[in-house]
Amino acid sequence: MKIAVLVKRVPDTASVFTIQADGKSVELSGLKFVMSPYDEHAMEEAIQLREQEGGEVVVVCAGSPECRETIRMGLAMGADSGLLVTITDDLTGKGLAAVLAAALQSIAPDIIFAGKQAVDSDGAQVPERVAELMGIPHASCITQFVLESGKAVVNREVEGGHYVISMELPALFTTQKGINTPRYPTLPNIMKAKRKPIEEIAAADLLVDEMLISSGMAIEKLSLPRQDRLCKVLDGEISEQVTCLYRTLREEEKVMQ
Amino acid sequence: MSVLVVLEQRGALKTCGLEAVSAARKAADASGMSLNAIYIGKSLDDEVSLLAGLGIDTVYAYEHDDLRYYSNDRYVPLLCELVKELGAKVIVGSATSLGKELCASAAARLTAELAQDCISLRWDGKLLAEKPLYAGKVISEVSFGVLPGVVTIRPNVVVVEREGEALPQVVKRTLPELPFRSVIQDVVENVSGTIELTEAKIVVSGGRGIGGPENWRVLQELCDTLGAALGASRSAVDAGWIESSHQVGQTGKVVCPDLYIACGISGAVQHLAGMRTSKIVVAINNDSEAPIFNVCDYGIVGDLLEVVPKFAEEVRNAQ
Ligand SMILES: Cc1cc2nc3c(=O)[nH]c(=O)nc-3n(C[C@H](O)[C@H](O)[C@H](O)COP(=O)(O)OP(=O)(O)OC[C@H]3O[C@@H](n4cnc5c(N)ncnc54)[C@H](O)[C@@H]3O)c2cc1C
Ligand SMILES: Nc1ncnc2c1ncn2[C@@H]1O[C@H](COP(=O)(O)O)[C@@H](O)[C@H]1O
Repeated sequence: MKIAVLVKRVPDTASVFTIQADGKSVELSGLKFVMSPYDEHAMEEAIQLREQEGGEVVVVCAGSPECRETIRMGLAMGADSGLLVTITDDLTGKGLAAVLAAALQSIAPDIIFAGKQAVDSDGAQVPERVAELMGIPHASCITQFVLESGKAVVNREVEGGHYVISMELPALFTTQKGINTPRYPTLPNIMKAKRKPIEEIAAADLLVDEMLISSGMAIEKLSLPRQDRLCKVLDGEISEQVTCLYRTLREEEKVMQ
Repeated sequence: MSVLVVLEQRGALKTCGLEAVSAARKAADASGMSLNAIYIGKSLDDEVSLLAGLGIDTVYAYEHDDLRYYSNDRYVPLLCELVKELGAKVIVGSATSLGKELCASAAARLTAELAQDCISLRWDGKLLAEKPLYAGKVISEVSFGVLPGVVTIRPNVVVVEREGEALPQVVKRTLPELPFRSVIQDVVENVSGTIELTEAKIVVSGGRGIGGPENWRVLQELCDTLGAALGASRSAVDAGWIESSHQVGQTGKVVCPDLYIACGISGAVQHLAGMRTSKIVVAINNDSEAPIFNVCDYGIVGDLLEVVPKFAEEVRNAQ
């Protein structure tokens, strides 16, 4: 069983984000970078599956040379090897997926796990695009994964419930919270990870059709979310406060019947 | 040239789909494009009246028992074929769990750009959409230089606007033979009566401050009184007090209700990522220094076990 996991290097969202003078980009220098949180669930699921079924886990990341750190994190969690696809241009989800799909062809995985969404782009599209480009079935937002006579059977969360879907392999799945609890790498495993191989290829060498990579979308302007909340702390006896709150929500804000 | 909106249905037409129509209508009007919609489901017959006055020219209805539930193998080709047939330039869906998957797959097949979870949409010589980045800490306005472009609209942010009573023309389509790669074995619906978090107009959430799982009943009672959905912070989920499907935040759900009531929640950035665009935020916390009081509209400093039942009683007395 060959399992590939897509992981992305993203700034820790606990960071304070400032917008640069051009109004179109975020100041990233000095921020702490981590593996995107949903990708940790994808990693954990892959490792558990290998522990059950045998085989190998390859961590795949496209980005700058610093992404090696993110891949090392995956190796320390228990993956066997890494693949870094170096990219120099800023790509949208469309381009990233084209590059990743091309890189994955050479691995020919039976199963691909990815996060349901990267917390920098909040893009929610790279894995679905990869599956489409590779021509394999997929399911997003899964909260359970099992193999049953060679087929994948997953719970796919939807609003108000879930579907149980089965499909043949190879297939791709995006994971979300609830599927598992990602492990913390132990110190010995962090040490071991340093000796595990990370292959590197340049996106340019993958010869992906320019049409697939070129960006058709541009950032016009960045802004910080509205921060004009009233911050009105009520006073008086609790019973007076709840009366006042109810009246305000109903009559002034009109958010209650 | 046309704008094509996906009318989301899950058993019944969903309000988020009508919101997507209203968002799309402005862009269609400003660009001079016509506004059309696609329905994929069991049958639209009983629900066409819900589309009155929304400004849709034609609804293309793919109706079949087998289309009742979303299936990537069926929905994606149907949408893509219609886009090509109409020469649609802008495709608008809903930023729900299924809507996002459908639009991501379709965007890939159409080699189109996609902006998910948009909070506004407009046309000013080109298609422009606002979408959150970095778990909602930054808002980005993106423009589409190449069309077709695909967007999904976050539920609850756009108001459904109607003008007159005109109904769209309905063109019925048959279901072509499509190869199947995945099979839906079962559809499990959550216990009836509970309101889905991402669709609720009011959300009442509890955090570690509720003290233990036995106290959910206090919040549940307020939910029942208000017709609200129950949310939770990650700490409450991680403590094993409630299922993770209730989690609001960066690694949970994004909600955008008219009213969000945070009870015993400190207001960590990762929690804010999931509820920041709520219209009104109320915080109930016994620590007057809790950061949530800096990001709420109204706050009550007090023990939630005292405040919440009193508030529920106040609402009940007034009803
Ligand atoms: C990668 C990552 C992702 C994360 N994703 C999420 C996410 O999706 N959602 C999320 O919520 N968090 C998330 N977190 C966790 C987040 O950082 C906080 O730890 C969490 O939100 C805190 O939950 P809390 O407010 O319930 O608990 P606490 O921070 O412990 O706050 C409890 C609050 O309850 C108050 N309180 C105590 N007793 C009472 C009482 N009797 N009456 C009234 N108030 C009382 C206290 O004053 C305190 O303010 C994430 C963290 C990381 C690192
Ligand atoms: N540059 C990348 N390298 C590897 N995996 C990625 C990359 N970008 C996105 N992914 C994967 O796709 C998921 C969703 O990303 P996005 O579509 O950007 O929200 C992430 O959680 C990763 O699993």
